[in-house]
Amino acid sequence: MTGGPGAPTRAEIMVFAACREVRDGDCVFVGVGLPNLAVQLALRLHAPRCHLIYESGVFGARPVRLPISIGDPCLVSGAAQVLPMAETFLYFLQGGRTDLGFLGAAQIDRHGNLNTTVVGRDYGHPKVRLPGAGGAPDIALNARRTVVIARQDRRKFVERLDFRTTVGWAEGGTSRRAMGAPGGGPARVITDLGVYGFDAGTREMTLESVHPGVTLEQVREATGWDLKVGSPLGTTEAPDAAMLRLLREELDPDRIYLKG
Amino acid sequence: MPAGGRRSDDNPVPEVPILSESKVLTMREAVSRFVRDGDTVVLEGFTHLIPFAAGQEIIRQRRRDLALVRLTPDLLMDQMVAAGTARKLIFGWLGNPGVGSLHAVRRAVERAYPGPLAIEEYSHFGLLCRYKAAASGLPFFPLRGYRGTDLPRVNPHLKQVKCPFTGETLDAVSALHPDVAIVNAQRADSQGNTQIWGLVGAQREAAFAARRVIVVVEEVVPEDVVRADPNRTQIPSVVVDAVVEEPWSAHPSFVQGYYDRDNAAYLAWDRITRDPARLERYLDEWVHGLPDRAVYLDRLGEETQRRLRPGPRLAGPVDYGDYR
Repeated sequence: MTGGPGAPTRAEIMVFAACREVRDGDCVFVGVGLPNLAVQLALRLHAPRCHLIYESGVFGARPVRLPISIGDPCLVSGAAQVLPMAETFLYFLQGGRTDLGFLGAAQIDRHGNLNTTVVGRDYGHPKVRLPGAGGAPDIALNARRTVVIARQDRRKFVERLDFRTTVGWAEGGTSRRAMGAPGGGPARVITDLGVYGFDAGTREMTLESVHPGVTLEQVREATGWDLKVGSPLGTTEAPDAAMLRLLREELDPDRIYLKG
Repeated sequence: MPAGGRRSDDNPVPEVPILSESKVLTMREAVSRFVRDGDTVVLEGFTHLIPFAAGQEIIRQRRRDLALVRLTPDLLMDQMVAAGTARKLIFGWLGNPGVGSLHAVRRAVERAYPGPLAIEEYSHFGLLCRYKAAASGLPFFPLRGYRGTDLPRVNPHLKQVKCPFTGETLDAVSALHPDVAIVNAQRADSQGNTQIWGLVGAQREAAFAARRVIVVVEEVVPEDVVRADPNRTQIPSVVVDAVVEEPWSAHPSFVQGYYDRDNAAYLAWDRITRDPARLERYLDEWVHGLPDRAVYLDRLGEETQRRLRPGPRLAGPVDYGDYR
């Protein structure tokens, strides 16, 4: 996939959409997977002054290779600070110093609540045991805004979660605020089909754009509830040739995050 | 030193004799002496400094009924569960990061194969707060962490408490006092003053929370090496019971400045863990079949070690000052 840039893949469109959520100067809590690549792209494009925070205990990471996990040694060398994990959560998250947090999910509902714990309703006898909570509940509660990145299908975009690991907009409306969640809640959901926002009143997930080549029909097919669609419905901005070259040749030449 | 006095160069700082016995033990001795059947054992290290050699020695000594505690159970916990050491897993996130599932753990949780495994789960922050409460001598630790989630429904250690000052309802976790903490580090002196650089994870909290502490290091260094740089000391001798010197004891995880994470081994694990028979063969070959870590290191081979050794990136020295 080197040489002349072909059309962007779904993964590349997702990375670019995630990258655009980063604002210059943001303190970004970087999660597992694609966000690792998205923040590296943001640093090189429009947000050179954003601060990368990793829950492993790193503030101001400047990795010289693509980190393969959130605890990669390349995140430490050249960082501004390394601190105990407990302090990372206490001071950067609970202390209100995180602007943006990225999250992933095995299941998501229309209000952006997430399940990463079990598939199946019987917690004691799960059909599939998922990884669990990790840092997600605290990122979701405390960050000023969060962005969820997930592949989309009917098993993931569900009417009702099997388990709520991480709170989004709770039951919608003002319910999140009523429970005393200090952070700002989910702002966007980015999938391999489209980009979603949340209605300012009902806090229901609303399709804002579909990726190039994706139809609304396909998105509805991959959603387990009656999907709300924004008007007008846009097309997700795709990365241009220069950005694709940056992604493919410099940032992720081994296609660690861009595979598939 | 007398008040107001100033020591001249011909009145040097007196040598303080070392009064304590060395705590340096072999891994076999340390595990045999300090890890008992039924114990609650914390094996920390977030991606960095995962105590593989110690965990594999626990397997080798066939400890049973352990409650294993770790923020992120990964390959090591998969091995320890498969080997039948555990009755319970207390954790925050379980998986082979970026690769897939811990299938031995999943078989135990989903199908009670080869036996049942109790689980008790937290967010990372919640489990960290349990260590912090125990390390600080508090019965619980307050946090904002679980509101709006189903976690308190399945975990009786997650409760709520009312702030006596503001009236706000906060979440709370109980103190976790492990019987043993096993902590890897770059270096320690023979008393157990332990220095870590790079990700420090929950190493200090786990050590202060536990009743017994085994420190496993790449190098045991003279006490004056530690005392030349006290800010780097994460764990003080007073909480440490044993110091084990075993180079590469965190492989296939990494030790900052010593060796990189062996990502190929993490990828290879996915094929091993999916097949119970294959996992069994791995344990026979790489754990039960080896007497100690030195032989493991031989078998790992010079080529792999060379591949994982990073180039240098030195910190500049700092001047602590000489205050005679």
